[in-house]
Amino acid sequence: MKAIVAVKRVVDYNVKVRPKSDGSAVELTNVKMSINPFCEIAVEEAVRLKEKGVVNEIVAVSVGSTQSQEQIRTALALGADRGILVQTEDELEPLAVAKCLEKICNKEEPDLVLLGKQAIDGDNNQTGQMLAALMEVGQATFASEISFTDDAVTVTREVDGGLQTIKLKMPAVITSDLRLNEPRYASLPNIMKAKKKPIDVIDVNEIGVNVDKRVQTIEVQLPPEREAGIKVENVSELVDKLRNEAKVI
Amino acid sequence: MSLDQDTLHQLLDTIRRFVRNRLMPLEEQVASTDQIPESVISEMRELGLFGLTIPEEYGGLGLNTEEECKVAIELGYTSAAFRSVIGTNNGIGSQGLVMDGTDDQKENYLPRLASGEIIGSFALTEPNVGSDSANVQTKAEKDGDSYILNGTKRWITNANIANLFTVFARTDQSQKGSSGVSAFLVDANTPGISLSSKYKKMGQQGAHVCDVIFDNCRVPEVNIIGGPNNVNNGFKTAMKTLDRGRIHISAFAVGCAKRLIEVSTQFSLEREQFGQSISNFQMIQAMLAESQTECYAAETMVFDAAQRRDRGEKVNLHASCCKLYASEMVGRVADRAVQIHGGAGYMDEYAVSRFYRDVRLFRIYEGTSEIQKTIIARNLLKQARD
Repeated sequence: MKAIVAVKRVVDYNVKVRPKSDGSAVELTNVKMSINPFCEIAVEEAVRLKEKGVVNEIVAVSVGSTQSQEQIRTALALGADRGILVQTEDELEPLAVAKCLEKICNKEEPDLVLLGKQAIDGDNNQTGQMLAALMEVGQATFASEISFTDDAVTVTREVDGGLQTIKLKMPAVITSDLRLNEPRYASLPNIMKAKKKPIDVIDVNEIGVNVDKRVQTIEVQLPPEREAGIKVENVSELVDKLRNEAKVI
Repeated sequence: MSLDQDTLHQLLDTIRRFVRNRLMPLEEQVASTDQIPESVISEMRELGLFGLTIPEEYGGLGLNTEEECKVAIELGYTSAAFRSVIGTNNGIGSQGLVMDGTDDQKENYLPRLASGEIIGSFALTEPNVGSDSANVQTKAEKDGDSYILNGTKRWITNANIANLFTVFARTDQSQKGSSGVSAFLVDANTPGISLSSKYKKMGQQGAHVCDVIFDNCRVPEVNIIGGPNNVNNGFKTAMKTLDRGRIHISAFAVGCAKRLIEVSTQFSLEREQFGQSISNFQMIQAMLAESQTECYAAETMVFDAAQRRDRGEKVNLHASCCKLYASEMVGRVADRAVQIHGGAGYMDEYAVSRFYRDVRLFRIYEGTSEIQKTIIARNLLKQARD
């Protein structure tokens, strides 16, 4: 079985992000970048499936800048076999990314496509769903457990209010939630070996998809500073403040 | 071989994450139980930390000195006990073999040392042989195609978990000093080896040292590092491993200093006295500034010495300068860190108290500060005479 795993380069989750001084975007100069944590979980799952003998080839795919090769290398160090970068220096929207991934999937014909449920930069939570629709295959989002029978995959999904278990035919698109697994640390020898694994670089213009922007960012700003709380004397005062000041009840 | 920047960056980033997310949260537990959990040692093994300096063809990473120093600085952010576990396989416990071992010896031991399957330990120090390391009294007497070892080795790091000892013993009893000493690879299961109980130490809990006693311990002559023909050359092997080891320890001390400066700076921002943050006080600022300056100086020395060694220059003098300065520097930085923390710095709840005790050892092992000064002066005088 062949698995494709999508990986995205994002600001590291430990970084406290700030808007640029002109408010046009998030400041990315000299900011530590990493693989999106949910993508890392997806890679880990693919590697575990390979270790179990379910998957025999893992292709890590990224759509992004030249530097996204670093995140593909991370996936290769974790255990992916080869990488593909659809290169663009523009920031693509989820639909454009999904279309690029669809083109790659058409060529690679994977049995399984694994993605993170969302990236921690845009928090759009759309690419996996759009990709499944474009490919006209089943989708299982927010996966917390995956198991396989002959030609089907059973996925437990984290949904509001509990867990939902569904069965899909393959090929299928699955997006990982936080509790699917805990990614390993890539071993140091594997980090070195990853350098020898191949990465194909394809220019986004050669792939033949419309990547025009449909959304315009007007302004990026920090959330307002949180104000200090107050202590109330009794319940009736609390109810009064909630109703008349906070206006939440 | 030196790594490309991307790979090195990823390697260091992985170690940094492992140190901060896995090891740092365990520091207090390791200190109070005097034990590193086996599961963590196993993770360190899987990560490849035991084979940093062992050549790639034997399953290690083959890092050059500069790269090794960058890793050591990252490891310095957490308790020295963690480094101690991997320290011997990467340093004195394997480098003699890397530099002077026969092909058979390398093939037999290095891949297992690199993977962490076996732990190497370096047995040079004796009850009466410390700084005067050439005066080895452990005897190795020839008996057929073997040697019979008798003697006691003192404060041997990782002896209690070691599978392989590099033992220095006098093979030529007629020679005094360094010239009659050989280095033996001795399997820890060899009959005649016994261990004392673990010593109680001032710091570095979780890292263990004990005495190793050799009582009519039979070792085949092929286990002399470099083979039977390399008899009486063991001390040269020991000395060769020390330059790199001293640069490594210096880098580690820089890592410790960075952590101490980081936590002290943070503490100074949070701690309030006289109605304001103590970071506003110039005497606190002065301590931070002095620590940072000295740390930066040591770091610069470390990388200069490492790069010189990687270029093939002789670094005996530079390695000793680094070891002397960096080990003394981190002592002063730890002292200031405790002072900035005030009463809290004397409490075990704060990392600085533990680091203060841990870093004291750096001025003593792998050559005391006094021995480093002797080496530096000897090099200078020799250059002047030549």
